Amino acid sequence: MISRRSFCKKTLLIAGGLAIPLSALEIFDPGRLEAEKTDGKPTRWVFLVDTEKCVGCGFCVKACKTENEVPYDANVTRTWVERYAVTKDGKTHIDSPKGARDGFQTTKFDIGEGKFEEIKSQDIDKAFFVPKLCNQCDNPPCVQVCPVGATYQTKDGVVLVDRTWCIGCGYCVMGCPYGVRFFHPVYHVAEKCNFCYHRISKGMKTACVGACAFGARRIGNIKDPGDPVTRVIMTERVNVLKEEYGTKPQVFYLGLTKEVR
Amino acid sequence: MKSHVWRPLYVVLIVIGAVLVLRKIMVPSDFGIGARGYMYGWHRDGNEKDWKKVTVKYQGAEYCKECHKDKWDEIKQSPHANISCENCHGPALGHPDDPRSLPIDRKRELCARCHFRLEYPTSGRGHIRGIDPRTHNPGLECVTCHWPHDPRKEGHHK
Repeated sequence: MISRRSFCKKTLLIAGGLAIPLSALEIFDPGRLEAEKTDGKPTRWVFLVDTEKCVGCGFCVKACKTENEVPYDANVTRTWVERYAVTKDGKTHIDSPKGARDGFQTTKFDIGEGKFEEIKSQDIDKAFFVPKLCNQCDNPPCVQVCPVGATYQTKDGVVLVDRTWCIGCGYCVMGCPYGVRFFHPVYHVAEKCNFCYHRISKGMKTACVGACAFGARRIGNIKDPGDPVTRVIMTERVNVLKEEYGTKPQVFYLGLTKEVR
Repeated sequence: MKSHVWRPLYVVLIVIGAVLVLRKIMVPSDFGIGARGYMYGWHRDGNEKDWKKVTVKYQGAEYCKECHKDKWDEIKQSPHANISCENCHGPALGHPDDPRSLPIDRKRELCARCHFRLEYPTSGRGHIRGIDPRTHNPGLECVTCHWPHDPRKEGHHK
């Protein structure tokens, strides 16, 4: 016969024991702490987008799809350009037909389901183009949610996807607040912009930067104080997208307004 | 204690052993915590090398300059100076070994990427001279009248 006192004691002990996570029992490793905290890495890739310069030609999207073997006619792309028009009635119109792969060759805005809306230039207060790509966040939510360790961040800050390891669960596609991720139509695994990792690791610029004739896209190493991109980020009024999510995005924008989401 | 009490323990031990052996076989040896640590670093190390091995398609204008110095000189002093050769000529992968692999895009839509007139004064686009392709000599290739390497010159005729 179990006494009331003994029963209460044992129950509390079991409940307390269950509350200890297995990870808490792991031996402390200073090397790992070092790896998490130190910032002695020589490279951290960042991106600078100047929305004042972008004209919406879409050459970046074309180059990206070709360079990174994303099927050209599939309606998915690693980078895209959005067109914004704020009209005099206070409305904001946004479109990006085919991710602006062919640029913007009409005054009509694509409002989905095959419908278009004519926006007359005399009604427009301001109109501009905003290129979007992966923000290579310092706190990447897409990486946290991966259940198998198929997506990860390299030491130079680029988030990559292991195509042989991804199980295609789609958590990362949901987790990205910027809508950057999608399923690759051929490999059927998560796909995203990786700053053309094969190019930047060879000292080249990304394909989109090479294709931009207007200097709207630039890539740089923020750990190098002499890098012109670093100097702009440090000295000019740059902004990031969706700062409130705490993802610490590393794509910096010049000329953002509140309409840009 | 009798053996029927211990038997389930052996079963549990065998299961744990099997899981450990399977993990050893199925998880690649280079799988582990990378440079970004516990939360963001889990990956297979070899994958970084896989990504670095992707073929570079766009070689950059400096590559074209090695043989086509005359074209380079012409475009660099023109209003089109900043346009990369491969934007219109296609990626130089496989060139010059296979000249046919360069598909030159002469379509009107290519020029209209920038030169379709959009009256957006707050964007760089508003400052580019543009046309409406529906009314501006429809059906004709732009290069008939405009020389793309220097748009101040007249176009070429076949």
